[in-house]
Amino acid sequence: MAKTKTDPTWQELEIGGIVTNPGNAAEYKTGDWRSLRPLWDTKRCVRCGACYIFCPDASIYETEEGYFEADLYHCKGCGICAHECPTQSIKMVEEEE
Amino acid sequence: MGKRIGLEVSLSAAEAVKMADVDCIAAYPITPQTHIVEHLSELVNDGELDAEFIPVESEHSAMSVCTGVAAVGARAFTCTSSQGLALMNEIVHIAASMRLPMVMILANRSMSGPISIWNDHTDVMSIRDCGWIQVFANNGQEVFDHVLFGYRVGESQKVMLPVMIHIDGFILTHVIEPVEFWETQQVERYLPAFKPIHALHPDRPVTMGAFGMPSMFSEVKVAQDEALIQSKSEIMAAWNELGDLVGRYYRPIETYRSEDAETLFITQGSFGETVSLVVDALRDEGKRVGLLMDRLWRPFPLDEFRQAVGNARNLIVIDRAISYGGQGGPLAMDLRSALYKERNQPNITNFICGLASRDVTIDDFKNMFNRSMEKIEGNPREEDFEYYGVRGK
Repeated sequence: MAKTKTDPTWQELEIGGIVTNPGNAAEYKTGDWRSLRPLWDTKRCVRCGACYIFCPDASIYETEEGYFEADLYHCKGCGICAHECPTQSIKMVEEEE
Repeated sequence: MGKRIGLEVSLSAAEAVKMADVDCIAAYPITPQTHIVEHLSELVNDGELDAEFIPVESEHSAMSVCTGVAAVGARAFTCTSSQGLALMNEIVHIAASMRLPMVMILANRSMSGPISIWNDHTDVMSIRDCGWIQVFANNGQEVFDHVLFGYRVGESQKVMLPVMIHIDGFILTHVIEPVEFWETQQVERYLPAFKPIHALHPDRPVTMGAFGMPSMFSEVKVAQDEALIQSKSEIMAAWNELGDLVGRYYRPIETYRSEDAETLFITQGSFGETVSLVVDALRDEGKRVGLLMDRLWRPFPLDEFRQAVGNARNLIVIDRAISYGGQGGPLAMDLRSALYKERNQPNITNFICGLASRDVTIDDFKNMFNRSMEKIEGNPREEDFEYYGVRGK
């Protein structure tokens, strides 16, 4: 991984690699790992929110219309949302598509 | 001056742990370490030591508990030997990388197999690179002093590393020796309360032992190695202060009649005391022989070692461990490497002996001296090392 301005030198690190800013996992863009991405069919979606609840990475959010979308910076493409959706309105599609 | 008491070394080690006022002891019994934890459990049970004694189900748990105890800013103690160390291995490395101070006594015992309960340094060398500060204690008094030294150095905010004290199993753990206890006031002066830089607490949340991405891992490890290297100044300061307080001054490399020596024996652990008698005997025969005893093992005392070797022409390195398929015992390999930059490199002969407590007598060391002189007259670099006293060798 290329060194960016924010990468600390060994002298700047907190002792023992301790993390002192809670919640910083959000800074890590796990969306890089994804090969499949969830695609919602709003015609079938009943806005139950099961996908939002089951997402293990809290990367599904509710839109103003009450439908759901994935935060693609963090969605790893695990497919749990598609598996759990009671109306089968989420399809996992190849990133290339 | 404290009281001088005749006591089994294991029991006096436990008494030193009590004087260090530890908060938690987590240990699993294993020969030859057992008497240390057994006595500590008695001290806790009898109300003489106000600490949690956690009789864990394995050494892996013992080291895990100590890591947790140190993480909340409390003082932890454990001890083990050989297979117990192997079982806790995973967490031994983690305690150092998380920079959590604690003290562990390793009652040195052979690594199986074949199964052996006896003494050598094969367990020490199995975790040579675990990142702990490691010292050898050669007698009961040194064990007692180094328990207090261990907490003092490890808990220093400039250091923050765990400390391992190596003591020869049975040869030290099960013998009765006179040990001078410290006065309570001396302990209070020497060992302040543990004030960690970070401690697990709901009011000040931190994450310890987190995932390290490839982009961070090398920096974290270099910081850990630098901490160990730089711990030497605190180690020296703690030894000096210990000397001023109780009159016993310890050094990274202890020397015996080495100043004008042509030939130096180099040992680790209790062999040093036997070899000192060999040195006396050879000196009586007019041979200029001396002894260096390696006390500090990690961080490796490179400068002190090169200085202690001085102008000596021949080094006889005694190892009590095997580096299978390697170029000698672990101590000899480190010393050869340390002297590589010297313009006039001394001759180094290396003997591996005393495995699983096999007796190595004064005559045996004299034989090694004579054998070394023979080899040096030939080509000392012909052979990297020799197993001493092995049938058929």
